[in-house]
Amino acid sequence: MIRYLLRRTGTMLVTFMVISFLVFLIINLPPGNILTNQIAEMRASGEEASIAKAEQLIETYSLDEPVVVQYLIWVGAWPGSHGFSGLLQGDFGWSFELNRPVIDVVGEYAALTAIVNLAALIFVYLVALPLGTIAAVKANTWIDYLAGLIGYIGLATPNFLLALILLTYGARYFDLPIGGLMAREFEDQPMSWAKFQSILVHLIAPTIVIGTSGAAVIMRRLRANLMDELYKPYVETARAKGVPPVKRIIRYPLRMALNPFVADIGNLAPQLVSGSVMVSVVMSLPTLGPILLQALKAQDIFMSAFILLFVAALTLIGMLISDLLLALLDPRIRLGGRRKAA
Amino acid sequence: MTEHYVSDAPYDPEADRQVLDRADLDAATWVLVWRRFRRHKLGFACGIFLALVYLALPFVGFLAPYGPNEIHEDSINAPPQGVFFTHAGSWVGPSTYAVEMVPDRDTFTMREVVDDTKPMPLRFLAACGKPHEFLGLFETRARLICPAEGGTFHLLGTDRLGRDIFSRILWGAQLSMTVGLIGVTVSFVIGLVLGGMAGYFGGWIDATVQRAIEVFRSLPELPIWMALSAAIPVNWGPISVFIMISVILGLLDWPGLARAVRSKFLALREEDYVKAAELMGAKPSRIIRAHMMPNFMSHLIASATLAIPAMILGETALSFLGLGLRPPAVSWGMMLNDALNLTAVEIYPWILTPMVPVILVVLAFSFLGDALRDALDPYS
Repeated sequence: MIRYLLRRTGTMLVTFMVISFLVFLIINLPPGNILTNQIAEMRASGEEASIAKAEQLIETYSLDEPVVVQYLIWVGAWPGSHGFSGLLQGDFGWSFELNRPVIDVVGEYAALTAIVNLAALIFVYLVALPLGTIAAVKANTWIDYLAGLIGYIGLATPNFLLALILLTYGARYFDLPIGGLMAREFEDQPMSWAKFQSILVHLIAPTIVIGTSGAAVIMRRLRANLMDELYKPYVETARAKGVPPVKRIIRYPLRMALNPFVADIGNLAPQLVSGSVMVSVVMSLPTLGPILLQALKAQDIFMSAFILLFVAALTLIGMLISDLLLALLDPRIRLGGRRKAA
Repeated sequence: MTEHYVSDAPYDPEADRQVLDRADLDAATWVLVWRRFRRHKLGFACGIFLALVYLALPFVGFLAPYGPNEIHEDSINAPPQGVFFTHAGSWVGPSTYAVEMVPDRDTFTMREVVDDTKPMPLRFLAACGKPHEFLGLFETRARLICPAEGGTFHLLGTDRLGRDIFSRILWGAQLSMTVGLIGVTVSFVIGLVLGGMAGYFGGWIDATVQRAIEVFRSLPELPIWMALSAAIPVNWGPISVFIMISVILGLLDWPGLARAVRSKFLALREEDYVKAAELMGAKPSRIIRAHMMPNFMSHLIASATLAIPAMILGETALSFLGLGLRPPAVSWGMMLNDALNLTAVEIYPWILTPMVPVILVVLAFSFLGDALRDALDPYS
């Protein structure tokens, strides 16, 4: 198990490095950056004094170097104008748009982003597992059809639309606090029990919105997998021996169907994180989503790069967790080395 | 003594061998596929629906009562207009009432005042409005439905600029429905080439492609899409932006397809007929094209159909955030962009209607894909 854990974490780190380079490359694709844009603007309005400052910033952050060098400086594997100072050293760069260090801006948001995503992941497990099981056991009854219908709607409705609908009608009919992640008075307050409660209540709507489409997919898969197992002879044998129905299902067929279920949830991590970015923008949650949108539009390179990297890290961790769970569940994986291609 | 009897009927010693193992496999593959596809009533209906929609796309100018960017200053944020068939107890045919928007001093919004004294019958197959290009051939003012002379026909209301939402939904279909096709083509080509190379050649090529698949699969799609589309220069025209967005949508979607191709290749490589072709000196490209492709193409087509909804939703999401297509282009996502303003949604809920076609099309593609996947493998 330890060996598996180490190997899996190792590949994750390599993947993360490749992703960090890709992200940096993508961010630097558009010609120019926020500073060159500002300089052009200042030149147009004749503010010569500020131009010098902006040009100095370009110098400081080595934005005139080739992309690869910039990347290495950003990571902290190459000396910039301040020596080695990059991600590895804990320096996440400077937000040119807000004129603050990136870390100051994203600090609390990053934690809340992780919380929102974790809540959505737990929601997917909690909803898909029982519903999928019930749908399979009660196949072709009204419960199954209802679950199927909800699943299809969840699949086809873009989650930001679900967010919009909840925003307009949820507040009216269910008295759910919508928008934001905590009551106004708790903003900028240190964490307390009351604040925690407020966050919990505010998490309900975003969690449902982000998790629904994922839960729909997983539920359908679990139903299909469980249906395959339920009619196998060993289940029949258990029945003949008088094993009670619930135990009969949970003990063996569900365990068999659980493997693809856990693997699916790992594959779902990117989708969940994507959804959370979108939903955050709509519901104005204090997560990284809205900040990312703004930073991308302004070409605030270090800011966007850091957020994209953070979001990618969340995804990777989600996949890692599900892989480890899978290994715990299935000895073939932790002992057998390479996983079979699905 | 009993007489020995021999039947006169002709005896065919081969008869046994001509009986099919399975009675349902009595025709060419495509006939079997068609037969099986027809059995999926829902999938079949969705296929017809989608075919009709795609066929209608070039004729949108004729079908829509108004142009996509036609502004009606007199009816800004007008609610959906009802269509009536009777007036004062007598049949008048489909008609509308004249609507006037007047400011409401209590709520500070515009309120509609319906003048229900005079029905205004809709005109069918008439000429009205601004001329539109018919199939890019000639300009015409002929339209399927026209409002009465001097009247309006806003079936689904108008948006904040007074543009007819129903017409814009029809016009928006042109881009929203094609974005998925282009995106899928891109991801199809990448997935086919990379997956095929990995599966056929194996070795380091396979290892590299596998790693690449792993990396791409763990990228959160939407944020990367956002970053890529934010990178499209501002001064590009709407058409280039549209093509670029479709390509971007396809760029991240190929890993699933490449994986499927790879595993199919690995399985098919071991088949005897591939070995035989190899021994007869066929080149890899010929083996792949002539011997292997027909065996997994059907599977891929089904996968591609199932991948289209994700692209349509992706375009909707990007345009909704203001990072996707740009005006004067019209798409469903761009129409929903107005809905980012929550107060507007509260007061003018009809600006959310473009989500109905989005949901319908996505569902239709999902059902069609499921049916195709099942039908394309008639020997199971």
